[in-house]
Amino acid sequence: MPKRNTEGRFALAISSPALLIVFGVVLFPLVATLAYSFMNLRLTSADRGSFVGLANYASVLGSEEFWAALGRTAYFTAVSTALETVLGLFIALLLNEDFHGVKLLRSIVILPWAIPTIVNGSLWKWIYNGEYGIMNAILLKLGLIAEYRSWLSDPLTAMNLVVIADAWKMTPLAAIFFLAALQSVNKATYEAAMVDGASAVRRFFLLTLPYLAPTALVVIVMRTVEKFKAFDVFYMITRGGPANGTKVLMYETYLRAFTNLDYSGAATYAYLFVVIIASLTALYIKVLKRSEELNA
Amino acid sequence: MRTRWMLAALAVLIAFTLMAGGCGKAAPKGPVELNALFMKQAGYSEDDIASMTNDFVKANPKVKVNLTFVAYEELEPKILAAYSTGGYDVVLGDCIWPPKFSKAGVVLDVSARMAKVDTKDIFQGALDSVSYGGKYYGMPWLNDCKYLFYNKAMLKKAGFNAPPATWDELASMAKAIKAKGIVKYPIAWSWSQAEALICDYTALSESFGGRMIGSDGKPAITADGNLKALDFMVKSVKEGITNPKSTEMLEDDVLATFVAGNAAFGLNWTYMYAGAKDPAKSKIGGDVGIAPIPGTAGVKSATVNGGMPLMITSGSKHPDEAWSYILAISSKDVQKRLAKNALPIWKSLFDDAAVVATSPEVVGASKVQYAYIKNRPQVPYYGELSAELQKDIQSAVLGKVSPQAALETAQKKALEFAAQK
Amino acid sequence: MPKRSGSLTVARNLFAVAVAFGILGPFAWMFVTSVSAQRDLTSVPPSVSLAGMSLDRYARILTSVSQSDIAYAFRVAMGNSIFVAVLVTVAALVFGSLAAYAFARLEFRGREPLLLFMLFTYMAPPVIFVVPLYLVFQALGMLNSRMALVLLYSSFVIPFIVWVMRGFFSSISRSYEDAAAMDGCTRLQALLYVFAPMARPGIVATGILAFLMAWDEFFMALIFTSNLAAKTIPVAIAEFNGKFSIDYGMISAGGVIASLPPVVIAIVFQKYIVMGMTSGGVKE
Repeated sequence: MPKRNTEGRFALAISSPALLIVFGVVLFPLVATLAYSFMNLRLTSADRGSFVGLANYASVLGSEEFWAALGRTAYFTAVSTALETVLGLFIALLLNEDFHGVKLLRSIVILPWAIPTIVNGSLWKWIYNGEYGIMNAILLKLGLIAEYRSWLSDPLTAMNLVVIADAWKMTPLAAIFFLAALQSVNKATYEAAMVDGASAVRRFFLLTLPYLAPTALVVIVMRTVEKFKAFDVFYMITRGGPANGTKVLMYETYLRAFTNLDYSGAATYAYLFVVIIASLTALYIKVLKRSEELNA
Repeated sequence: MRTRWMLAALAVLIAFTLMAGGCGKAAPKGPVELNALFMKQAGYSEDDIASMTNDFVKANPKVKVNLTFVAYEELEPKILAAYSTGGYDVVLGDCIWPPKFSKAGVVLDVSARMAKVDTKDIFQGALDSVSYGGKYYGMPWLNDCKYLFYNKAMLKKAGFNAPPATWDELASMAKAIKAKGIVKYPIAWSWSQAEALICDYTALSESFGGRMIGSDGKPAITADGNLKALDFMVKSVKEGITNPKSTEMLEDDVLATFVAGNAAFGLNWTYMYAGAKDPAKSKIGGDVGIAPIPGTAGVKSATVNGGMPLMITSGSKHPDEAWSYILAISSKDVQKRLAKNALPIWKSLFDDAAVVATSPEVVGASKVQYAYIKNRPQVPYYGELSAELQKDIQSAVLGKVSPQAALETAQKKALEFAAQK
Repeated sequence: MPKRSGSLTVARNLFAVAVAFGILGPFAWMFVTSVSAQRDLTSVPPSVSLAGMSLDRYARILTSVSQSDIAYAFRVAMGNSIFVAVLVTVAALVFGSLAAYAFARLEFRGREPLLLFMLFTYMAPPVIFVVPLYLVFQALGMLNSRMALVLLYSSFVIPFIVWVMRGFFSSISRSYEDAAAMDGCTRLQALLYVFAPMARPGIVATGILAFLMAWDEFFMALIFTSNLAAKTIPVAIAEFNGKFSIDYGMISAGGVIASLPPVVIAIVFQKYIVMGMTSGGVKE
């Protein structure tokens, strides 16, 4: 059919630069690393270079470390993504309003996001510091603690503190995305609803939320993938400790590649990671398609 | 439709051709170019290293040396990425890497070359760190170990005029200092989940007569001395003489705590001495003492090696020139000249008046302490072992498991690592 | 708009103040850390006073000229970061939006698989790419070059941008382009003159995202750059740390300076996000 052909060619023409860059750079490493995961590439091994089939996958999936790391990663992802999405939404609603000082607020909201991750990590490590941290100083002044405590010495607390550090930095992203969506909204529908007498709260639940669902999905998928990939913040604040309390999947992968000289192990972790993420994303997309259908 | 697949295939083909075409470039004629990888803020300053390099180049006009300085964390990944193609010829490494690197074929065996070096004049602990399986894989260059630092004024206030010679003495001194209200938590350690923890633990366990790897080369983590060391650590937290924030501290935090007057004792590297005397940072007015790490009944003292050797990558295309460079910058002359910035690896230099004058108290202590340098486990799986030990020791110190259980877990894992072919 | 209920307004204002504090608090502390002396910061509680503050660290970063000085390296790294981030953003926006438009609006064989592949690339953690790519780049002599970083970053930023923008574009009503087509516009004209202005908020937000992704990237820059020819800001900041220590003062100073370009960009462009469609669209 002629229309389809020209459409196809046009599509190809305008997307070819992007495709070329991505394919050109990414294809070889993706294949190479996949191959590594089926081989023994522990540099210190006498058998190095041999083909081992699925043995790496079997041993990783049977190892306690993998599941423990996955659990921690899941916790980190779920909590910080939820935090960022909800907070981001409310901040976007705030910034969507018109009041004295909103322009200023819109300008400064990007500040946390603009700080490089490794600086952010150091900053929060400094804030949480058990000996001189400002958080300790403030809590002491407010009378909430009797003396300075080493917050980063407890595995669960340390994880939660890292959640806060990362969520602080990345909430502006969600806020800005939601704001962009809100700004494109169809005002006519709102006016109609107001004429019908709907209160602000009802308008929010019946109009705003459903409208924002696709954006929320984009934000959630994006943040989930990023949280799973998170490495820098853990590297700066806790190095996987204390007592492995913050040793997430990416940290285990990094250690395998660069400290244990185990490229095949790292490759195996990396591909298992991709499978998990892909499944999660597929799930999200299914949910979105269903909600889109319901909304149409 | 077919066009698209062809285009994609073409793109991949182009990419591969570019890659293939890139390889196999003919080696350029001209001066030999060496690439050397160093660490920033490593004893010698970048200017020091540049000047030693210039001297070498002047004496060897056919050789050019390109210097790269990176943060400590970058050293290992960069070496691993570059070694097979000789991207760097000479690399500075951590003393815990030679066993791992030699087994993985990352660095060259330099035993034959070392035969011509005056190894009798190098501290045994430093030599041990660059050997594996009876062969040498690098040349010691930066020398460092941990010492016991103590606040002279605080000890005097509590009635002590000399540093402790055993751990029991230290513990009782600490209790006395705490009881007199001089400082709340007298001892500061670097027990964060990091290599620093294993440095402290190695010094402790060796001084209690324990070794983590037995003389048969097999893991012996549950050995008596190791358990005693961990018991000591856990007890010191329970008794309140160890600062509970030690589990989030690195060496610099120990320094910061010490110079703020919040610790009477601290284990740290040589650099802590200068830091404690620096009026810009230190609130204790230079009242710092440096002494060998305490021992126990059977062991006079033990400290952990923190030195950094120079190694040649296995992919280097100019190993001979690389070795000449290494010899030049680790020579007795250079080390004597720059003794102020980093203590030498050569024993004889410690008797040299000029060297002693750079920092009499430190040189005096080093001369004694270096005789007791011990290395962390020299096994190719040290990376995994260290990570496991860090987790287990922290679990014990944080009170989550008993010391016995912690070491048993570590031993079990260590055996698994050792069994990997 | 009819007047808001009073209590909602109060709540809104309180929230605005809380947000402002929450954002500025840590940032302010970072700034204070960067201008205070180490001694003051390590007191319990911190004894920060105006008298004790100085811009020494900033002076050092901005004026040191010694090649081997970390602070000098920071300035050069800043230049590299800006270069790389700008080029990556441009590439991502231009190539990415075109591709996103194709994926969002046009029908062609292999659209779904290609889109999934794009997403897959974004999901793959950097460690998958590092070792094989290092070997390739080294063979091609592309190590330690800014253009190599641009290429590298583009390869994982573009897939993500395409996917995100496709989402934005899909939610914009087709009726405009259909109307334009009926008026005789070619596809390209419709894309450039009708669609693009409407998609502007989404494009700007995504552009900021692309810039920050490139600005922030640490791990690959660490491996692929070795000297000032290509070193970027995250790597330079990491070098403020010694083997045993973390220099919070210098990192904070570096952090404040490193945050400036993104902040400036955001301030300049935030009005483009916000300038919505005054005429309103047609919601289907």
